[in-house]
Amino acid sequence: MLLINCPYCGVAAEETELHAGGEAHLKRFGPDSSDDDFTGYLFHRENPKGVHFERWRHVNGCGKWFHAARCTNTLEVFGTYSAQTTEPPKDLLDTLRAKRPGFKWRNIA
Amino acid sequence: MSDVALALGGASFDGLVNIEELAGQGMVTLRGDLSDTTIISAVKDVFGVTLPGTRETAFDGAQGALWMSPDEALLLCPYEEALQRADELSAKLHGSHALVVNVSDARAVFRLKGVMLREVIAKLAPVDMSPDAFTPGMVRRTRMAQVAAAFWMDDANTARIVCFRSVAAYMFGILSVSADDASAVNHFTR
Ligand SMILES: [Zn+2]
Repeated sequence: MLLINCPYCGVAAEETELHAGGEAHLKRFGPDSSDDDFTGYLFHRENPKGVHFERWRHVNGCGKWFHAARCTNTLEVFGTYSAQTTEPPKDLLDTLRAKRPGFKWRNIA
Repeated sequence: MSDVALALGGASFDGLVNIEELAGQGMVTLRGDLSDTTIISAVKDVFGVTLPGTRETAFDGAQGALWMSPDEALLLCPYEEALQRADELSAKLHGSHALVVNVSDARAVFRLKGVMLREVIAKLAPVDMSPDAFTPGMVRRTRMAQVAAAFWMDDANTARIVCFRSVAAYMFGILSVSADDASAVNHFTR
């Protein structure tokens, strides 16, 4: 069972209160983009064993989308943060670098 | 004015707690930045309460405000006043980035009375109902069994639960099962 802190209402929400929203920080490529960019945006996803960045929604709660950094192997939740950002906050990255030295996720390390 | 047609006609159940469908609770949804001073003072003018902080409630008699999210509050008042108060608030917020709508008839409200109410709720919602974690003055939006719900405690032995009117029968059913006399767990000892 996962307990994830919703950064908007501060609740330690149990998994069934949440809805998983897939990989975080995807950059959208629209109709005028190259085939490669569009394919990457549409289909290519990270599938790490370890540190992962995801979107979640507190669907049975305040209703807000937010971001979470989580280990797909141990299910440890490192932290959650606002949806209104394109990258993880620095203090969370510092936590990750300390807890999981050498982790790499797309261009984040 | 015509009579209020309740979803379940005022159903009630007696078990570990007393469960009652409340007749006509006025409910007005407000969407907008709850930290905006224009919105705060408009709510104070029309509903007589100061908008509560995160996951908190504010009450003044029959009027109240429940924190629903950083940009949503549920405002309470007597049923027959909801439409007029919603219009009044809407007028005061003209030009502000806010939405106000009377949702009284879109919801059903149940009142739980009795010392076992923490247990009855805890069986249905993934919420820590221990007296150290959940107290009167707080509100929680969550799910109860399979439907969305919000609840708060008016005092140590009274809670109110709001759900969509369309699932009122389901809510009453699961509450009644959870409050069945033969189903006491006695987990919360105070
Ligand atoms: Zn939340």
